[in-house]
Amino acid sequence: MADRRPAPWGRRFLRLELAVVLAFLYLPIAVVAVLSFNASGLPTAWTGFSLEWYASVIENEALLGAFGNTLIVGVATTIIATVLGTLLALGLERAVKSSFLDTFVYVPMIIPDIVFAIALLSFYNLVFSSLLGLQLGLWSVVLSHVTFDIAFVAVVVRTRLRHFDRSIEEASLDLGANELRTFWNVTLPAIAPGVVAGALIAFTLSFDEFIIAFFTKGTSETFPTQVYSMIRFGVTPEVNAIATVVLGLSITLVLASQRLRASAE
Amino acid sequence: MLTPPQAASHGRRLAATFAAVALLAAACSTGGPSTAPTTGPTTAATTGATATPTEPPKPSGKIVVSNWDLYFPEDMIANFTAETGIEVEWVKHTTNEDIVGKLEAANGTGYDVVFVSAQFAEALNNRGWLETLDHSALQNVGNLAPEADQLGYDPGNTFSVPYTWGTTGLCYRTDLVPAAPTSWNDLLKPVAALDKKITMLATDRWLMLPALKVLGYSANETDQGHLEEARDILLETKTHLLAYDDTTFYSRLVSGEASLVQAWDGWCNYGIADEAVGSKIAYVVPSEGTDLWADTMTVLKASTNKPAAYAFIDYILRPEVGKTVVDLTLYKVPNPAAMDLVDPAVMAQFTNLAMSPAELLKGEPLRDLGAAAPLWSNIVTQITAGG
Amino acid sequence: MRLRRLILLGPALAWWAVFLVVPVALILAYSFFERGTHGGVVPTFTLDNFARALDPLYLRVLVFSVRVALIATIVALLIGYPAAYLIATLPARWRTPVLVLTVLPFWTSLLIRTYAWIVLLNREGLINRGLEGVGLIDQPLELLNNEFAIVLGLVYGYLPLMILPIYASIERLNPELREASADLGGNPIRTFLRVTLPLTLPGVAAGCIFVFVPSLGNFIVPDLLGGGLSSMIGNLIQSQFLRARDWPFGATLSLALIGLMGALLFLQAWLLGRQRREVLDG
Repeated sequence: MADRRPAPWGRRFLRLELAVVLAFLYLPIAVVAVLSFNASGLPTAWTGFSLEWYASVIENEALLGAFGNTLIVGVATTIIATVLGTLLALGLERAVKSSFLDTFVYVPMIIPDIVFAIALLSFYNLVFSSLLGLQLGLWSVVLSHVTFDIAFVAVVVRTRLRHFDRSIEEASLDLGANELRTFWNVTLPAIAPGVVAGALIAFTLSFDEFIIAFFTKGTSETFPTQVYSMIRFGVTPEVNAIATVVLGLSITLVLASQRLRASAE
Repeated sequence: MLTPPQAASHGRRLAATFAAVALLAAACSTGGPSTAPTTGPTTAATTGATATPTEPPKPSGKIVVSNWDLYFPEDMIANFTAETGIEVEWVKHTTNEDIVGKLEAANGTGYDVVFVSAQFAEALNNRGWLETLDHSALQNVGNLAPEADQLGYDPGNTFSVPYTWGTTGLCYRTDLVPAAPTSWNDLLKPVAALDKKITMLATDRWLMLPALKVLGYSANETDQGHLEEARDILLETKTHLLAYDDTTFYSRLVSGEASLVQAWDGWCNYGIADEAVGSKIAYVVPSEGTDLWADTMTVLKASTNKPAAYAFIDYILRPEVGKTVVDLTLYKVPNPAAMDLVDPAVMAQFTNLAMSPAELLKGEPLRDLGAAAPLWSNIVTQITAGG
Repeated sequence: MRLRRLILLGPALAWWAVFLVVPVALILAYSFFERGTHGGVVPTFTLDNFARALDPLYLRVLVFSVRVALIATIVALLIGYPAAYLIATLPARWRTPVLVLTVLPFWTSLLIRTYAWIVLLNREGLINRGLEGVGLIDQPLELLNNEFAIVLGLVYGYLPLMILPIYASIERLNPELREASADLGGNPIRTFLRVTLPLTLPGVAAGCIFVFVPSLGNFIVPDLLGGGLSSMIGNLIQSQFLRARDWPFGATLSLALIGLMGALLFLQAWLLGRQRREVLDG
């Protein structure tokens, strides 16, 4: 394979570039991590190593609860949006030819968040609260986040469907597999990287979304709504601590699963 | 939110949409809080309260309160619940603008008690969403300073009770400014040494305040010509600004990145609290005068548990509770008995806490701008716009 | 065929009909109404909001926002494409982990990361102190509260949205295609320009849209990293709804923005569609 060949200058450049990009992405994170160990908790001066902010995170039920809520919303949103978005991408690529629909996919992205937030709460208030007597909560945040996440998943998956080699699907059908089986065994594996990329975008956007969640969350808190409410008094060191824990855990998880897969091979 | 269409005969396609909206709105507004299905956190016990029995039942059940994070003393809610049995669900908001926008979209429902700044409380009341307060249900309202009854946005505290109050002024590093500031002009027309070492508050009402005061106009000015004069001053000042900053200005003073900032008194105290350089940070109210800001407690008309909402506000008006609010926020509370309980060492370190209600009342309480809000928005955009 | 169309398109389009079209159309319809004296909406038909939107001030804000968002998009493309390319050509078992590494920083909070940038970039910040420490500069560099900081914040905030779609489209490329081109004597740059780049254009288009659109509407980065000195169209719309509580005018500005971007996206979809038909037809 091409990858096994000794790295030509181009590849070396690419590796350097990726390293710089990762450094750029992680630079502020490193600041957050360092601040989380700063005794004073302030960004102005280093006053000594301390774990006290970690201790106070463990006692901060509001922050931990909000964090758990965000995970729930993020996972639920990602699952629903990835399924609907992938189906939509297949439909747009194969079942219809319409520049209108092709454009419409982008509409959820171009609506300003604040318009979305106000529109959805007004609508939920009429339909769910007043007519059905339901209390808004995490479920209504999921409904809201899925609405814009479908679009991102659909667009990403579609980029992969372009120029998709359909002869392998036809071969599968010729060999007697039905359409569903063909989709499951042939199409889905082929578009999987697009689905993974789409799901990652969906989760990331949901995880960090503030204004729509603030409007549609009822009385629940998500991590962003909790963190944003603290800015009246500046970013507190606990927030730095919890962010560091989350990152440490996620990185460990990614590397561990990588080790597992490597040893399984 | 929507009144029935007055001129429904436009004959345009949109009319159909309007009608649908109006119908839906009417469907929910005629219902009102009493007949609507449970939208708030009512319990079976409290729904009986609307029947006004001869002896008021002891408040119980649960209330939903919206307030900024870190704005209630740590154990306050737990203590209140332990004493009264009333559960409090504290929902956090970020800014006045966010919570008012949310209430607007939800037609004034979803909470029992909401904490917002005075001008926003006035706006909510003008929209018809705030309960007219029954002072007989607030035993401790008498603890408030007499001046707290004379605030222009709500004389007599008919729909709001002030939680904290204070002024907007100049906060500066005594070791970094050439001379101690006394006037808003020290900020608006900074000496060369302060170029790019000053910040102003980013929120429209406070961004405009210094220029309006220098010109001798009201903090609630609505005259276009006067606002444009203020704009011209602020556009000139902008060229010398480090930033418009609502949240980190006091840390900029601490780090020395800024030398002089426009600040709320309580926030200047966060700089003064710094162990290393706090003693070199001072606060002054400029000679041209300033505003009087207040963060207030309001009860929503749509609240389904008003007795408990009253009980909560009444609890906060106790002197010993008010004292813990000062300890936490380093803001003044309009409750002289509570201020008296504050540790003298704290009063000595944060001298602006000692401002008397009479001194505060020299400032101009901020009001809702009413029909002038779009004009203000346009003027402020002219100042802050990029490009 | 009809059944398949229903299964594929039905769920998402039905979802959007309920949670997108109806709620948002109701709010945008406010463009034709008046603001009440104390906020809220009075259902009196008017075109005043559109007249107000023609103020050159708002056009200036729009032009500024488009310029900043365009620069951010170009920068993100220039640094995101090579990164995505390398990730896509890594050994298969490394691809997903490295991909996840690029989005992990975003599982903290935009606000926390933005404040971290303030700590890094301010005049007394880590970067300036570091550069002064090694004697590279005498005067602190102005890295914060200007257009540079806004662009940096936007690139930082949306870079994964550039990398992921490009990755998805490159990963699909058949390596044999590139090798065939190389075997036929094409040098690597020609292979890239003639084979790789055209085939990854859909990913590039998606990535550029993913970065450009939210950059244009962003209001946190101009406030915090831009020091509030250069507000953008996102700040303008946000402040109509929340500060001025002027929903009709906020709806009008939003409608204008949605219309403008919708038109651009329609053009893009139409061009891509035409290209696709050309490829299919021959």
